[in-house]
Amino acid sequence: MASLFRVTGGFGLAVLLGIPAGLWLGCSELARRAFLPYVNFCRCLSPLAWIPFAILWFGIGDAPAIFLIFLAAFFPLTLATISAVATIPSIYFQVAAEFGLTGGRRWRLIVLPAIAPQVITALRVTGGLSWLVVVAAEMLAGRDGLGFAVWDARNGLRMDLLVATMMVIGTIGVAMDRLLAKLTRIPSVRWGYER
Amino acid sequence: MSDSGPSTPPSPRPSPLEGEGEKLHPCPLRLERVGHAFDSLAVLRGVTLEVERGEFVAIVGPSGCGKTTLLGIIAGVLQPTEGSIARVGQVRTVHQVSGLLPWRTVSQNIELGVDRRSTSAEANGQLQEMLRLVGLEAFAGYYPHQLSGGMRQRAELARALAGHVDILLLDEPFSSLDYLTRLRMREEFVGLLHERPRTVILVTHDVSEAVQLADRVLVLSGRPGGIRCELQVESPRPRELTQPEVVRATHRILTELGLEHDAAGNSPYEI
Repeated sequence: MASLFRVTGGFGLAVLLGIPAGLWLGCSELARRAFLPYVNFCRCLSPLAWIPFAILWFGIGDAPAIFLIFLAAFFPLTLATISAVATIPSIYFQVAAEFGLTGGRRWRLIVLPAIAPQVITALRVTGGLSWLVVVAAEMLAGRDGLGFAVWDARNGLRMDLLVATMMVIGTIGVAMDRLLAKLTRIPSVRWGYER
Repeated sequence: MSDSGPSTPPSPRPSPLEGEGEKLHPCPLRLERVGHAFDSLAVLRGVTLEVERGEFVAIVGPSGCGKTTLLGIIAGVLQPTEGSIARVGQVRTVHQVSGLLPWRTVSQNIELGVDRRSTSAEANGQLQEMLRLVGLEAFAGYYPHQLSGGMRQRAELARALAGHVDILLLDEPFSSLDYLTRLRMREEFVGLLHERPRTVILVTHDVSEAVQLADRVLVLSGRPGGIRCELQVESPRPRELTQPEVVRATHRILTELGLEHDAAGNSPYEI
C-alpha cells in the first residue's frame, strides 16, 4: 500500500539520520550549542507548514510525503536521543573506566544500551506521528494512498467511504504501534520499563 | 589507639600480601595534604594518608564530611584542589546503590571484571568461580532489576573481585540493605577477601561495620573533613559484633563523634 511505503521510507530515513545526529549532539557540547536552537525551532514547526514547499520541490506523489514524514519524525527523534545521551548516569562511565572499556567497546557496551529504552519510547511516539502526517500529506500532495482516499470521499460526499477509510487508518496505526512495542520486549531493555 | 592530627605516620603493620611472588608495591596509595573544595565550599582539608598493600582501611564520619568526595579523589573521578595523590595499580569501586549495568545479566556483569587477557575457557572458569563464591549460580542469567538488594551487592562485589585489581574501594556498599542482610554480607565479604586478598578502602557511616571489618579506622571531622583520629583494630577477622575489642573500639569512635560519652562523662567533640 502506498501510504505504508511512504511511512516506512520517511520514518526509516528519520531513524537512520536522527539517531546518529542525536548521538553526536548528545556527546559534543560544542555541537549542541551550535545546533540545538535550530533543532528546537524546526521541531516546533508543524510539518504541514512545509506542504507548499514539498509540492514545489518534489511535485506530487511519493517524494513530498516521504519528505514531510521525515521532517515530522527526525527532529523529535534527534531531541530524544540527545536527552537520553546527556542523562546517562555518570556512574556508568566510572564503571566503564574502571573495567577498561574504551573507544568502541564503551559505545557498544555502555552508551547504546543505556539510551535504548528512551530511544525505543521515542520511536513509538514518532512512528505514530509519521502515520498522522502521511494522511495529511496525501490529502494535499497525493494521487493515491489513504489520505487521498479521505479527500476523494469528501469531494464525492461519500461519508460511508470516509468512515471506512478512517477505520482502516486507525487499525493500521494501532498495528504499527504494536509492532514497535515489540522492541520493548527485548530482555536487555526491560530494565528501562520496570523498576 | 593512636590519636594523630592530620599528618598520620605510616603504620608499621605488616601486609598480609607480602611474599606472594607478584611484583609488589609496598604502598599502593599515598595522599599528601589533600583538600577539595566545590567552588567556595571546602569539603576536605589536609588529608594525609598512606595505605599499605593488603591493608583494610575504613573511613567513617558524620554525613557531609567529605567521605564520598575523598573516595572520588582516590578513585580518580575527582581531582583534588589541594595536595597530591599517588596511586599505583588499578582501582575498582563498589557503589552504594547498584553500579551494575542494568542491561547486562549477572554473569555478563561479572564477565566485565574478568581478566580480558585470559582465554575464553579460563574466563569462563573465573566467572563460574566468582558466581560460586557469592552464591549466585542459580541467578547467572537474571538481570539486576530482578534481584534483591543483597544479591545485587553480591554480584557487584563479585564483579569487582574478579580479575587482578589491586585496590578495592567500597562506597557504603551495604548501607541500602536491611540490618540482618547487612550483617550477613559483612561476614560473606570477609570470606571473599580471604579468598581474594585486596587492598581495601571502605567508606561508611556505619561505625560497627568499620570496626568489624577494617585493620585501621579513620574518623573524619565535620566539614571541611580532615582525619580527626585513627584507630587500629588488631583482632583477626572474622570478628563478631559483640566481641570486646569491637565493642571497645565502637565506643571509642562513637565518643569521638560525640554520640557516646567517656568515663568522665564528657564528649570531646560535638557535631
